Amino acid sequence: MKKILFALALATSFSAQAVEYTQVQPDKSAIHFTYKQMGVAVDGQFRKFTSQLNFDPAKPSAAKATFEVELASVDTGAPEGDQEVAGKPWFNTRAFPIAKFVSGTVKPLGGNKVEVAGQLTIKGKTQDVVVPATFTPQGNSGVFDGSFTIRRADFSIGEGSWAKFDIVANDVLIKFRITANSK
Amino acid sequence: MSYTKTAKALHWLMAALLFGLLGIGFYMHDLPLSPEKLQLYSWHKWAGVTAFLLVAFRLFWRLAHRPPALPASMPKRMQFAAHAGHLLLYVLMIAIPLSGWLMSSAKGFQTVYFGVLPIPDMLDKNKEIGDLLALVHKSLNLLFVAVLAGHIGAALKHHFIDKDDILTRMLPKH
Repeated sequence: MKKILFALALATSFSAQAVEYTQVQPDKSAIHFTYKQMGVAVDGQFRKFTSQLNFDPAKPSAAKATFEVELASVDTGAPEGDQEVAGKPWFNTRAFPIAKFVSGTVKPLGGNKVEVAGQLTIKGKTQDVVVPATFTPQGNSGVFDGSFTIRRADFSIGEGSWAKFDIVANDVLIKFRITANSK
Repeated sequence: MSYTKTAKALHWLMAALLFGLLGIGFYMHDLPLSPEKLQLYSWHKWAGVTAFLLVAFRLFWRLAHRPPALPASMPKRMQFAAHAGHLLLYVLMIAIPLSGWLMSSAKGFQTVYFGVLPIPDMLDKNKEIGDLLALVHKSLNLLFVAVLAGHIGAALKHHFIDKDDILTRMLPKH
């Protein structure tokens, strides 16, 4: 009897260990960005995105993540900017409504940190990116925080009269916070 | 009696700067979004900060150097009107850049002097407060244009009708 109880306890504790975070909570997740306009840092965000996530803290290198960002949901920090960036020189949302990130290898960096190599596709152009993220367990859910920098020119974001970087800088910092629940 | 060289230099430097600021300000805000528009906004803000620094210096200078007295021939109420007008010009020259700075903060665009020196935001981003401050900034400027018209009109009246030295004593070579 004792043996059975012990085995049961072990099994429960094992299953408690093998938590996998898969249920992304949109209301507790956000994708923000910061760009520089003539030296002025301006914050914006994407209001709508969907994601699939599989993350087991015990097996971080098996983690997978896919994000699809609705580019028309952009908030550039200024109403007239939102209209402008939907247009052809910027996102051209009519032809390319979605930006997509697909994870590749996930490298554990020790502690709660991982480095996610992946492919980012915006406006029909795909680039390799490396995204560092920090994982913080919070009760039943896990919070992933991170940031990385992309160059808008790599994705032809801001063409024509906007192509030079003296007004809107090339570097755009992307910051995210993703909250996912375990099943 | 004439103004000091410094007072004259500040007067005409600020006159040129403020006319430029007013011109750009009224022109830029109706433009469709373009790199030029963002550039004009930045220049306008940098010039505005410069104008604020100049008026602050000018006020200290004026406190230390009394301007020449108004001609005794001027009636008392006209002298009072002249002082009130100048006081209002100073108040507006301080209030207008302050309102522009606060508006920028409320609209989420920090003022970064010459693109390198960030001026702290005193307000958080807030659309309603941003729109209100835009109205304040615009109204103060319309008032400024009206007081400026009075200022220039009075100077010309002194020169051409009263034929006194009110205008000439502010000119560089007098």
